[in-house]
Amino acid sequence: MGKNVLKFEHVWFRYGEDLPWVLQDVSFEISRSEWVAVIGHNGSGKSTIAKLMNGLLFPQKGKILINGLEINEETIWDIRKQVGMVFQNPDNQFVGTTVRDDVAFGLENRGIPREEMIKRLKDSLAAVRMEGYELHEPHRLSGGQKQRVAIAGVLAVSPQIIILDEATAMLDPNGRKEIIETVKTVKEQDDVSLVTITHDLNEVTLADRVLVMNEGKVWMEASPKDIFAKRDELKEIGLDIPFVTKLAAELTDRDVILDSEPLNHDELLEELWRFHLNR
Amino acid sequence: MNNAFIIGQYVPGESIVHRLDPRTKMIIIFLFVIVVFFANSVWSYGLLTVFSLLCALTTRIHFSYILKGLTPVWFLIVFTLLLHLIVTKEGDVLFRVFSYPIYSGAVAQGAAISLRFFLLIMVTSLLTLTTTPIEITDAIESLLQPLKKVKFPVHELALMMSISLRFIPTLMQETEKISKAQASRGVDFRTGTAKERIQAVVPLLVPLFISAFKRAEELAMAMEARGYQGGEGRTKLRELKTGRLDISVYALFAVVVILLFIIRD
Ligand SMILES: Nc1ncnc2c1ncn2[C@@H]1O[C@H](COP(=O)(O)OP(=O)(O)OP(=O)(O)O)[C@@H](O)[C@H]1O
Ligand SMILES: [Mg+2]
Repeated sequence: MGKNVLKFEHVWFRYGEDLPWVLQDVSFEISRSEWVAVIGHNGSGKSTIAKLMNGLLFPQKGKILINGLEINEETIWDIRKQVGMVFQNPDNQFVGTTVRDDVAFGLENRGIPREEMIKRLKDSLAAVRMEGYELHEPHRLSGGQKQRVAIAGVLAVSPQIIILDEATAMLDPNGRKEIIETVKTVKEQDDVSLVTITHDLNEVTLADRVLVMNEGKVWMEASPKDIFAKRDELKEIGLDIPFVTKLAAELTDRDVILDSEPLNHDELLEELWRFHLNR
Repeated sequence: MNNAFIIGQYVPGESIVHRLDPRTKMIIIFLFVIVVFFANSVWSYGLLTVFSLLCALTTRIHFSYILKGLTPVWFLIVFTLLLHLIVTKEGDVLFRVFSYPIYSGAVAQGAAISLRFFLLIMVTSLLTLTTTPIEITDAIESLLQPLKKVKFPVHELALMMSISLRFIPTLMQETEKISKAQASRGVDFRTGTAKERIQAVVPLLVPLFISAFKRAEELAMAMEARGYQGGEGRTKLRELKTGRLDISVYALFAVVVILLFIIRD
């Protein structure tokens, strides 16, 4: 992880003069190739943060910097080349009449020559494992496939930061898994930073760092392990912890003390074996 | 259920007509519509009929299928013919139907007008049968380019058309969902007086409109996030190419037109 690619400096934001502040003095940084998960209760300002990151909204106070470049009216078009965004509703972000046209949309907007477009189209569809679907219309795709196409559309313009604002929220468990797998491979192959906004705490466990938002403020910033260790406090601000973490806590209450806090099923199994052997 | 969502009447295929540049097809049809009105003799009508039938054959679409597509206009064609038979009083009396005289001029004129009508509709329908809606959109955008000089929003029009095409199936699915939801709450779309049925449509339209507006807002946001800033400086993935095939078709059509002007009276 190198220097920061994204920086919020004391950002304040509200949707109107007479409306309450939605974000209050928010500051944080995201490093190169880092995966940051943002969690928080409904209305805590997560989507607002996402929209501020690529200039769909501008802060009233404070600064947002992408690679040292401040986001404002003049720089948004450069910023949007570097920050890609996937939204929640798979249907309402599909612009093209076919998969091919949709992935090309971002490239067309940037005036990329046609030959280059065809090459990038192929690469990014391969990255999300959607080869062979080029001519499919959106109504012939599942929600998960549509979201993968949306990710391909973002990858095609090779941004440095990819934001997923609850991109898995409207999908069934299978669709969710597809997207998470896709995002994981993309992360491994490309040198991108990821920001995933989610209510699914299982997704959070994959991140390098977690940003917990509460009532428009950064409530905590730590690794997934440290965050889930605070389960009572999390509950107070309306967040639940993942099943594995909950199970581990219940086990601790029953005198099954594990060496370290497990984050997924494999780690839990590992810890249980270790506990068994140490007895 | 996918079949129900095919927009227009496009029949996929690989025929010469399918492979033509959509602009070529549109220009030729436009010229054909004008040229048809210059036919005035049996021979000239014969020439145009042969040309149209030849076009229809080249599409490799079943002729009966093409004719079936014309069902709604058959009525108009027959009506035109009957009107002429009754109203026109030229030439000799050919025969009488219940003592009503039918003139030879009426038969000739009625047949000519009906045939003209038939040829126009058939050739035009060949366009939608062999061209996808998105190709037609691209062709319109390309053909209207000159209007940009007078500030006509050509790119925006094409974008609007393609987004509509993209959302028609989505909104149709949604309409079905809402109508089922409302039917389960006791709204009756099928029976009752006309007034009652119109009233039943309101609880269908209101949620549909609300959701369409929400979709539009989110789509606009997504487009902006993906760097959309209008038609300026945009490249296109789908490209239209006028090739040798198109040029041959133009040449063939030119020959037909010249022939027509030679043999017409
Ligand atoms: N366009 C808007 N106009 C006015 N207020 C808004 C607008 N969008 C959001 N808000 C308000 O801003 C606050 C934060 O909204 P935001 O969408 O950022 O929350 P969120 O954390 O993404 O919530 P969720 O988990 O429901 O997606 C909420 O109180 C919301 O009502
Ligand atoms: Mg949100």
